[in-house]
Amino acid sequence: MPVPCDQNPITLASYLDGELAPDQIPAMHEHIATCPQCAIEIAELTRLKHGLRAARGHHTPTLEFKKKLQQQVAPPRRPRLNVLRFIPAALALAATLLLAFTWTQHSRRQDAFSEVADLHVNALASTNPLDVISTDRHTVKPWFQGRIPFSFNVPELTGTEFTLLGGRVVYLHQQPGAQLIVAMRQHKISVLIFQASPGQALPFPASTEAGAHNAFTVETWQSNGLRFLVIGDVDATEIERLAQSLKQANS
Amino acid sequence: MDPEFFEQLAMPLFDQLYNFAHWLTGDRTDAEDLVQETYAKALKGFRSFQQGTNLRAWMYRILRNTFHTSRTGLAAQNTSSLEEEEAQGNAVTAHTVTPELLLLQQEDQQTVLKALAALPVPYREIILLCEVEELSYREIAQVLDVPIGTVMSRLSRARTALRQPQKTNPLGRPIDARTL
Repeated sequence: MPVPCDQNPITLASYLDGELAPDQIPAMHEHIATCPQCAIEIAELTRLKHGLRAARGHHTPTLEFKKKLQQQVAPPRRPRLNVLRFIPAALALAATLLLAFTWTQHSRRQDAFSEVADLHVNALASTNPLDVISTDRHTVKPWFQGRIPFSFNVPELTGTEFTLLGGRVVYLHQQPGAQLIVAMRQHKISVLIFQASPGQALPFPASTEAGAHNAFTVETWQSNGLRFLVIGDVDATEIERLAQSLKQANS
Repeated sequence: MDPEFFEQLAMPLFDQLYNFAHWLTGDRTDAEDLVQETYAKALKGFRSFQQGTNLRAWMYRILRNTFHTSRTGLAAQNTSSLEEEEAQGNAVTAHTVTPELLLLQQEDQQTVLKALAALPVPYREIILLCEVEELSYREIAQVLDVPIGTVMSRLSRARTALRQPQKTNPLGRPIDARTL
Protein backbone atom coordinates (compact mmCIF):
# COMPACT_ATOMS: atom_id res chain seq x y z
CA MET A 1 0.00 0.00 0.00
CA PRO A 2 1.50 3.37 -0.97
CA VAL A 3 1.69 6.06 1.68
CA PRO A 4 -1.39 8.27 1.25
CA CYS A 5 -0.52 11.71 -0.17
CA ASP A 6 -2.26 14.77 1.14
CA GLN A 7 -1.28 16.90 -1.84
CA ASN A 8 -4.33 18.62 -3.29
CA PRO A 9 -4.76 17.56 -6.95
CA ILE A 10 -5.90 21.11 -7.75
CA THR A 11 -2.52 22.46 -6.67
CA LEU A 12 -0.82 19.97 -8.99
CA ALA A 13 -2.95 21.16 -11.89
CA SER A 14 -2.29 24.81 -11.01
CA TYR A 15 1.42 24.04 -11.07
CA LEU A 16 1.10 22.54 -14.56
CA ASP A 17 -1.08 25.39 -15.78
CA GLY A 18 1.54 27.89 -14.65
CA GLU A 19 -0.85 29.36 -12.12
CA LEU A 20 1.01 28.40 -8.95
CA ALA A 21 2.44 31.31 -6.94
CA PRO A 22 6.21 31.55 -7.59
CA ASP A 23 7.06 31.03 -3.90
CA GLN A 24 5.25 27.68 -3.89
CA ILE A 25 7.09 26.24 -6.87
CA PRO A 26 10.29 25.05 -5.10
CA ALA A 27 8.20 23.16 -2.52
CA MET A 28 6.18 21.56 -5.34
CA HIS A 29 9.36 20.44 -7.11
CA GLU A 30 10.57 18.90 -3.87
CA HIS A 31 7.28 17.10 -3.32
CA ILE A 32 7.12 15.64 -6.84
CA ALA A 33 10.66 14.37 -6.46
CA THR A 34 9.69 12.38 -3.37
CA CYS A 35 6.06 11.40 -4.09
CA PRO A 36 5.66 8.80 -6.83
CA GLN A 37 1.88 9.19 -6.86
CA CYS A 38 2.08 12.91 -7.60
CA ALA A 39 4.85 12.29 -10.14
CA ILE A 40 2.57 9.89 -11.97
CA GLU A 41 -0.33 12.33 -11.74
CA ILE A 42 1.87 15.07 -13.19
CA ALA A 43 2.93 12.79 -16.02
CA GLU A 44 -0.67 11.88 -16.75
CA LEU A 45 -1.85 15.50 -16.77
CA THR A 46 1.10 16.47 -18.97
CA ARG A 47 0.17 13.71 -21.36
CA LEU A 48 -3.38 15.00 -21.42
CA LYS A 49 -2.16 18.53 -22.09
CA HIS A 50 -0.10 17.27 -25.02
CA GLY A 51 -3.06 15.36 -26.36
CA LEU A 52 -5.26 18.43 -26.18
CA ARG A 53 -2.83 20.50 -28.22
CA ALA A 54 -4.33 18.84 -31.25
CA ALA A 55 -7.59 20.63 -30.48
CA ARG A 56 -5.91 24.01 -31.07
CA GLY A 57 -6.89 25.24 -34.49
CA HIS A 58 -8.52 21.85 -35.08
CA HIS A 59 -11.54 23.55 -36.60
CA THR A 60 -10.69 26.22 -39.12
CA PRO A 61 -13.20 28.67 -40.55
CA THR A 62 -13.75 28.80 -44.30
CA LEU A 63 -12.32 31.72 -46.23
CA GLU A 64 -15.81 32.70 -47.37
CA PHE A 65 -17.02 32.92 -43.80
CA LYS A 66 -14.01 34.98 -42.82
CA LYS A 67 -14.67 37.43 -45.66
CA LYS A 68 -18.34 37.60 -44.77
CA LEU A 69 -17.53 38.38 -41.16
CA GLN A 70 -14.90 40.92 -42.10
CA GLN A 71 -17.48 42.80 -44.15
CA GLN A 72 -19.84 42.68 -41.19
CA VAL A 73 -17.18 43.98 -38.82
CA ALA A 74 -15.50 46.53 -41.10
CA PRO A 75 -16.46 50.11 -40.23
CA PRO A 76 -19.20 50.83 -42.78
CA ARG A 77 -18.53 54.55 -42.71
CA ARG A 78 -15.17 54.40 -44.39
CA PRO A 79 -16.25 54.24 -48.05
CA ARG A 80 -19.09 56.70 -47.45
CA LEU A 81 -16.67 58.94 -45.62
CA ASN A 82 -14.47 59.12 -48.71
CA VAL A 83 -17.43 60.20 -50.83
CA LEU A 84 -18.46 62.76 -48.22
CA ARG A 85 -14.94 64.07 -48.12
CA PHE A 86 -15.15 64.93 -51.83
CA ILE A 87 -18.52 66.68 -51.62
CA PRO A 88 -17.16 70.12 -50.65
CA ALA A 89 -14.52 69.88 -53.38
CA ALA A 90 -17.16 68.77 -55.91
CA LEU A 91 -19.45 71.62 -54.86
CA ALA A 92 -16.60 74.08 -55.14
CA LEU A 93 -15.72 72.75 -58.58
CA ALA A 94 -19.35 72.91 -59.72
CA ALA A 95 -19.66 76.46 -58.38
CA THR A 96 -16.44 77.47 -60.14
CA LEU A 97 -17.61 75.95 -63.43
CA LEU A 98 -21.00 77.63 -63.12
CA LEU A 99 -19.36 80.93 -62.34
CA ALA A 100 -16.93 80.53 -65.24
CA PHE A 101 -19.79 79.58 -67.60
CA THR A 102 -21.96 82.48 -66.44
CA TRP A 103 -19.06 84.88 -66.68
CA THR A 104 -18.17 83.61 -70.17
CA GLN A 105 -21.77 83.98 -71.32
CA HIS A 106 -21.94 87.37 -69.69
CA SER A 107 -18.70 88.51 -71.30
CA ARG A 108 -19.81 87.14 -74.69
CA ARG A 109 -22.95 89.23 -74.35
CA GLN A 110 -20.90 92.20 -73.25
CA ASP A 111 -18.68 91.66 -76.30
CA ALA A 112 -21.72 91.39 -78.57
CA PHE A 113 -23.22 94.56 -77.14
CA SER A 114 -19.84 96.27 -77.53
CA GLU A 115 -19.79 95.27 -81.21
CA VAL A 116 -23.29 96.64 -81.65
CA ALA A 117 -22.20 99.85 -79.98
CA ASP A 118 -19.18 99.94 -82.32
CA LEU A 119 -21.49 99.63 -85.32
CA HIS A 120 -23.59 102.48 -83.99
CA VAL A 121 -20.61 104.75 -83.25
CA ASN A 122 -18.95 103.79 -86.54
CA ALA A 123 -22.00 104.88 -88.48
CA LEU A 124 -22.19 108.22 -86.64
CA ALA A 125 -18.47 108.87 -87.06
CA SER A 126 -18.53 108.13 -90.78
CA THR A 127 -18.57 110.96 -93.26
CA ASN A 128 -21.05 108.82 -95.18
CA PRO A 129 -23.12 107.40 -92.40
CA LEU A 130 -25.99 106.32 -94.63
CA ASP A 131 -26.26 104.42 -97.88
CA VAL A 132 -29.85 105.38 -98.34
CA ILE A 133 -30.93 108.82 -97.15
CA SER A 134 -34.66 109.17 -96.77
CA THR A 135 -37.20 109.96 -94.12
CA ASP A 136 -39.74 107.91 -96.06
CA ARG A 137 -40.06 104.36 -94.86
CA HIS A 138 -41.39 103.36 -98.32
CA THR A 139 -38.07 104.38 -99.78
CA VAL A 140 -35.83 102.94 -97.12
CA LYS A 141 -37.41 99.47 -96.89
CA PRO A 142 -37.27 98.64 -100.65
CA TRP A 143 -33.66 99.85 -100.81
CA PHE A 144 -32.60 96.82 -98.71
CA GLN A 145 -34.12 94.35 -101.21
CA GLY A 146 -31.29 92.36 -102.79
CA ARG A 147 -28.78 93.74 -100.31
CA ILE A 148 -29.79 91.65 -97.32
CA PRO A 149 -31.29 88.13 -97.36
CA PHE A 150 -34.42 89.03 -95.37
CA SER A 151 -37.17 91.63 -95.19
CA PHE A 152 -38.57 93.70 -92.38
CA ASN A 153 -41.09 96.46 -91.84
CA VAL A 154 -40.18 100.04 -90.99
CA PRO A 155 -42.75 101.64 -88.72
CA GLU A 156 -44.40 104.93 -89.61
CA LEU A 157 -42.53 107.47 -87.50
CA THR A 158 -44.15 110.60 -88.91
CA GLY A 159 -45.86 112.48 -86.14
CA THR A 160 -43.68 111.01 -83.42
CA GLU A 161 -40.61 112.43 -81.74
CA PHE A 162 -38.53 110.10 -83.94
CA THR A 163 -37.37 110.91 -87.45
CA LEU A 164 -36.08 108.28 -89.84
CA LEU A 165 -32.83 109.45 -91.42
CA GLY A 166 -32.01 106.46 -93.61
CA GLY A 167 -30.23 103.13 -93.55
CA ARG A 168 -27.19 101.11 -94.56
CA VAL A 169 -25.96 97.53 -94.71
CA VAL A 170 -23.77 96.27 -91.86
CA TYR A 171 -22.14 93.01 -90.94
CA LEU A 172 -22.02 91.41 -87.52
CA HIS A 173 -20.31 88.02 -87.05
CA GLN A 174 -20.21 87.53 -90.82
CA GLN A 175 -23.96 88.09 -91.08
CA PRO A 176 -25.37 90.91 -93.19
CA GLY A 177 -27.93 93.13 -91.51
CA ALA A 178 -29.80 96.38 -91.82
CA GLN A 179 -29.00 99.48 -89.84
CA LEU A 180 -31.57 102.24 -89.62
CA ILE A 181 -30.61 105.59 -88.18
CA VAL A 182 -33.36 107.38 -86.36
CA ALA A 183 -33.01 110.88 -84.98
CA MET A 184 -34.58 112.06 -81.79
CA ARG A 185 -33.91 115.74 -81.27
CA GLN A 186 -30.09 115.95 -81.49
CA HIS A 187 -29.64 112.28 -80.58
CA LYS A 188 -29.18 109.51 -83.06
CA ILE A 189 -30.45 106.01 -82.49
CA SER A 190 -29.46 102.90 -84.43
CA VAL A 191 -31.87 100.10 -85.18
CA LEU A 192 -30.01 96.95 -86.18
CA ILE A 193 -31.78 94.00 -87.70
CA PHE A 194 -30.17 90.59 -88.33
CA GLN A 195 -31.39 87.15 -89.19
CA ALA A 196 -31.67 85.05 -86.07
CA SER A 197 -30.47 81.84 -87.74
CA PRO A 198 -30.36 78.97 -85.24
CA GLY A 199 -26.98 77.74 -86.46
CA GLN A 200 -25.31 81.09 -86.04
CA ALA A 201 -27.21 82.45 -83.11
CA LEU A 202 -25.90 85.81 -82.10
CA PRO A 203 -24.86 85.82 -78.48
CA PHE A 204 -27.71 87.93 -77.24
CA PRO A 205 -30.21 87.07 -74.56
CA ALA A 206 -33.64 86.21 -75.98
CA SER A 207 -34.78 89.67 -75.06
CA THR A 208 -33.88 92.42 -72.65
CA GLU A 209 -35.52 95.42 -71.26
CA ALA A 210 -33.69 98.55 -72.27
CA GLY A 211 -30.43 98.52 -70.35
CA ALA A 212 -27.23 100.47 -70.21
CA HIS A 213 -24.05 99.20 -71.91
CA ASN A 214 -21.02 101.49 -72.17
CA ALA A 215 -23.30 104.46 -71.48
CA PHE A 216 -25.48 103.46 -74.47
CA THR A 217 -28.97 102.27 -73.91
CA VAL A 218 -29.62 98.98 -75.66
CA GLU A 219 -32.77 96.94 -76.09
CA THR A 220 -32.93 93.70 -78.00
CA TRP A 221 -35.59 91.17 -78.85
CA GLN A 222 -36.34 88.50 -81.38
CA SER A 223 -39.39 88.40 -83.59
CA ASN A 224 -40.31 86.27 -86.66
CA GLY A 225 -36.78 84.97 -87.02
CA LEU A 226 -35.24 88.42 -86.85
CA ARG A 227 -33.02 89.86 -84.18
CA PHE A 228 -33.70 93.52 -83.41
CA LEU A 229 -31.34 95.79 -81.51
CA VAL A 230 -32.03 99.38 -80.64
CA ILE A 231 -29.08 101.38 -79.38
CA GLY A 232 -28.57 105.04 -78.65
CA ASP A 233 -27.50 107.63 -76.10
CA VAL A 234 -31.02 108.46 -75.02
CA ASP A 235 -33.12 107.41 -72.05
CA ALA A 236 -34.37 103.89 -71.68
CA THR A 237 -37.98 105.07 -71.93
CA GLU A 238 -37.35 106.63 -75.35
CA ILE A 239 -35.51 103.54 -76.60
CA GLU A 240 -38.45 101.54 -75.27
CA ARG A 241 -40.98 103.71 -77.23
CA LEU A 242 -39.05 103.25 -80.49
CA ALA A 243 -38.73 99.53 -79.79
CA GLN A 244 -42.50 99.28 -79.25
CA SER A 245 -43.27 100.85 -82.65
CA LEU A 246 -40.78 98.45 -84.30
CA LYS A 247 -42.31 95.49 -82.50
CA GLN A 248 -45.79 96.47 -83.66
CA ALA A 249 -44.63 96.89 -87.26
CA ASN A 250 -42.93 93.49 -87.32
CA SER A 251 -45.28 91.37 -85.25
CA MET B 1 -14.15 52.62 -27.46
CA ASP B 2 -14.52 53.85 -31.00
CA PRO B 3 -16.01 51.17 -33.29
CA GLU B 4 -13.27 52.09 -35.77
CA PHE B 5 -10.84 50.07 -33.63
CA PHE B 6 -13.10 47.06 -33.27
CA GLU B 7 -11.99 45.41 -36.48
CA GLN B 8 -8.29 45.82 -35.61
CA LEU B 9 -8.72 44.42 -32.11
CA ALA B 10 -11.34 41.72 -32.64
CA MET B 11 -10.40 40.21 -35.99
CA PRO B 12 -7.12 38.67 -34.76
CA LEU B 13 -9.23 36.54 -32.40
CA PHE B 14 -11.37 35.24 -35.24
CA ASP B 15 -9.68 31.87 -35.85
CA GLN B 16 -9.49 31.05 -32.15
CA LEU B 17 -13.09 32.06 -31.53
CA TYR B 18 -14.25 29.97 -34.45
CA ASN B 19 -12.34 26.96 -33.16
CA PHE B 20 -13.91 27.43 -29.73
CA ALA B 21 -17.38 27.83 -31.25
CA HIS B 22 -16.98 24.73 -33.39
CA TRP B 23 -15.86 22.66 -30.41
CA LEU B 24 -18.86 23.91 -28.44
CA THR B 25 -21.47 23.37 -31.13
CA GLY B 26 -19.87 20.43 -32.90
CA ASP B 27 -21.22 21.75 -36.18
CA ARG B 28 -19.85 24.13 -38.81
CA THR B 29 -23.09 25.97 -39.55
CA ASP B 30 -23.92 26.42 -35.87
CA ALA B 31 -20.36 27.56 -35.20
CA GLU B 32 -20.55 30.16 -37.98
CA ASP B 33 -23.88 31.44 -36.67
CA LEU B 34 -22.45 31.60 -33.18
CA VAL B 35 -19.30 33.48 -34.23
CA GLN B 36 -21.31 35.86 -36.38
CA GLU B 37 -23.72 36.63 -33.55
CA THR B 38 -20.80 37.06 -31.16
CA TYR B 39 -19.14 39.63 -33.39
CA ALA B 40 -22.44 41.43 -33.97
CA LYS B 41 -23.07 41.67 -30.23
CA ALA B 42 -19.49 42.68 -29.52
CA LEU B 43 -19.58 45.41 -32.18
CA LYS B 44 -22.85 46.68 -30.76
CA GLY B 45 -21.49 46.73 -27.23
CA PHE B 46 -18.03 47.92 -28.15
CA ARG B 47 -18.71 51.48 -27.03
CA SER B 48 -19.26 50.23 -23.50
CA PHE B 49 -16.10 48.12 -23.61
CA GLN B 50 -13.55 49.61 -21.21
CA GLN B 51 -10.15 50.18 -22.69
CA GLY B 52 -7.51 48.34 -20.72
CA THR B 53 -9.79 45.46 -19.79
CA ASN B 54 -9.33 42.08 -21.38
CA LEU B 55 -10.86 42.08 -24.87
CA ARG B 56 -10.09 38.39 -25.38
CA ALA B 57 -11.92 37.34 -22.22
CA TRP B 58 -14.74 39.74 -23.12
CA MET B 59 -15.17 38.19 -26.57
CA TYR B 60 -15.04 34.61 -25.23
CA ARG B 61 -17.59 35.55 -22.62
CA ILE B 62 -19.99 36.95 -25.24
CA LEU B 63 -19.54 33.83 -27.36
CA ARG B 64 -20.02 31.49 -24.42
CA ASN B 65 -23.13 33.32 -23.17
CA THR B 66 -24.55 33.44 -26.66
CA PHE B 67 -23.99 29.73 -27.00
CA HIS B 68 -25.73 28.99 -23.70
CA THR B 69 -28.82 30.91 -24.75
CA SER B 70 -28.86 29.39 -28.23
CA ARG B 71 -30.97 26.42 -29.25
CA THR B 72 -27.94 24.12 -29.43
CA GLY B 73 -26.60 25.38 -26.14
CA LEU B 74 -29.88 24.92 -24.30
CA ALA B 75 -30.27 21.43 -25.70
CA ALA B 76 -26.77 20.57 -24.52
CA GLN B 77 -27.45 21.94 -21.06
CA ASN B 78 -30.66 19.98 -20.73
CA THR B 79 -28.88 16.73 -21.32
CA SER B 80 -25.76 17.40 -19.30
CA SER B 81 -26.31 19.92 -16.55
CA LEU B 82 -23.84 19.78 -13.72
CA GLU B 83 -26.11 20.81 -10.90
CA GLU B 84 -24.54 21.03 -7.48
CA GLU B 85 -21.13 20.35 -8.85
CA GLU B 86 -19.48 21.47 -5.65
CA ALA B 87 -21.58 18.95 -3.71
CA GLN B 88 -20.03 16.21 -5.79
CA GLY B 89 -16.88 16.82 -3.84
CA ASN B 90 -13.63 15.21 -4.77
CA ALA B 91 -15.09 11.75 -4.97
CA VAL B 92 -12.94 10.96 -7.93
CA THR B 93 -9.38 10.83 -6.82
CA ALA B 94 -6.67 10.81 -9.38
CA HIS B 95 -4.08 9.70 -6.93
CA THR B 96 -4.01 6.13 -7.89
CA VAL B 97 -2.34 4.59 -10.86
CA THR B 98 -5.33 3.86 -13.04
CA PRO B 99 -5.69 1.58 -16.01
CA GLU B 100 -6.85 4.72 -17.85
CA LEU B 101 -3.33 6.07 -17.66
CA LEU B 102 -2.01 3.06 -19.49
CA LEU B 103 -4.87 3.29 -21.92
CA LEU B 104 -4.16 6.97 -22.61
CA GLN B 105 -0.51 6.24 -23.09
CA GLN B 106 -1.36 3.82 -25.85
CA GLU B 107 -3.98 5.91 -27.52
CA ASP B 108 -3.35 8.69 -29.93
CA GLN B 109 -4.53 12.24 -29.90
CA GLN B 110 -7.66 11.32 -31.81
CA THR B 111 -8.91 9.54 -28.72
CA VAL B 112 -8.34 12.64 -26.62
CA LEU B 113 -10.20 14.76 -29.14
CA LYS B 114 -13.06 12.29 -29.25
CA ALA B 115 -13.23 12.35 -25.48
CA LEU B 116 -13.20 16.16 -25.53
CA ALA B 117 -16.09 16.28 -28.00
CA ALA B 118 -18.02 13.85 -25.77
CA LEU B 119 -17.55 15.89 -22.59
CA PRO B 120 -20.58 17.63 -21.10
CA VAL B 121 -20.61 21.31 -22.10
CA PRO B 122 -19.53 22.79 -18.71
CA TYR B 123 -16.45 20.55 -18.70
CA ARG B 124 -15.80 20.89 -22.40
CA GLU B 125 -15.84 24.69 -22.31
CA ILE B 126 -13.47 24.96 -19.36
CA ILE B 127 -11.02 22.49 -20.90
CA LEU B 128 -11.17 24.42 -24.16
CA LEU B 129 -10.60 27.76 -22.45
CA CYS B 130 -7.69 26.45 -20.39
CA GLU B 131 -5.92 23.95 -22.63
CA VAL B 132 -6.89 25.02 -26.13
CA GLU B 133 -7.41 28.76 -25.95
CA GLU B 134 -4.80 29.06 -23.16
CA LEU B 135 -6.69 31.57 -21.06
CA SER B 136 -5.44 32.19 -17.53
CA TYR B 137 -7.55 31.16 -14.53
CA ARG B 138 -8.41 34.82 -14.06
CA GLU B 139 -9.60 35.15 -17.66
CA ILE B 140 -11.59 31.92 -17.40
CA ALA B 141 -13.24 33.25 -14.26
CA GLN B 142 -14.24 36.37 -16.24
CA VAL B 143 -15.59 34.34 -19.14
CA LEU B 144 -17.61 31.97 -16.98
CA ASP B 145 -18.47 34.62 -14.41
CA VAL B 146 -17.45 32.41 -11.49
CA PRO B 147 -14.80 32.78 -8.76
CA ILE B 148 -11.27 31.52 -9.48
CA GLY B 149 -11.76 28.78 -6.88
CA THR B 150 -14.65 27.38 -8.89
CA VAL B 151 -12.52 27.54 -12.04
CA MET B 152 -9.87 25.40 -10.34
CA SER B 153 -12.25 22.78 -8.94
CA ARG B 154 -14.32 22.55 -12.12
CA LEU B 155 -11.17 22.23 -14.22
CA SER B 156 -9.99 19.42 -11.99
CA ARG B 157 -13.25 17.53 -12.42
CA ALA B 158 -13.25 18.20 -16.15
CA ARG B 159 -9.80 16.64 -16.45
CA THR B 160 -10.90 13.66 -14.49
CA ALA B 161 -13.94 13.25 -16.71
CA LEU B 162 -11.73 13.59 -19.76
CA ARG B 163 -9.55 10.75 -18.56
CA GLN B 164 -12.55 8.48 -18.17
CA PRO B 165 -14.11 8.86 -21.58
CA GLN B 166 -15.81 5.49 -21.60
CA LYS B 167 -17.57 6.13 -18.35
CA THR B 168 -20.68 8.06 -17.64
CA ASN B 169 -20.82 11.75 -16.83
CA PRO B 170 -20.72 12.90 -13.19
CA LEU B 171 -24.51 12.72 -12.84
CA GLY B 172 -24.41 9.07 -13.63
CA ARG B 173 -26.45 9.47 -16.78
CA PRO B 174 -25.09 8.26 -20.05
CA ILE B 175 -23.89 11.15 -22.20
CA ASP B 176 -26.51 12.10 -24.71
CA ALA B 177 -25.34 11.46 -28.25
CA ARG B 178 -26.88 14.74 -29.42
CA THR B 179 -24.32 16.71 -27.45
CA LEU B 180 -21.35 15.14 -29.15
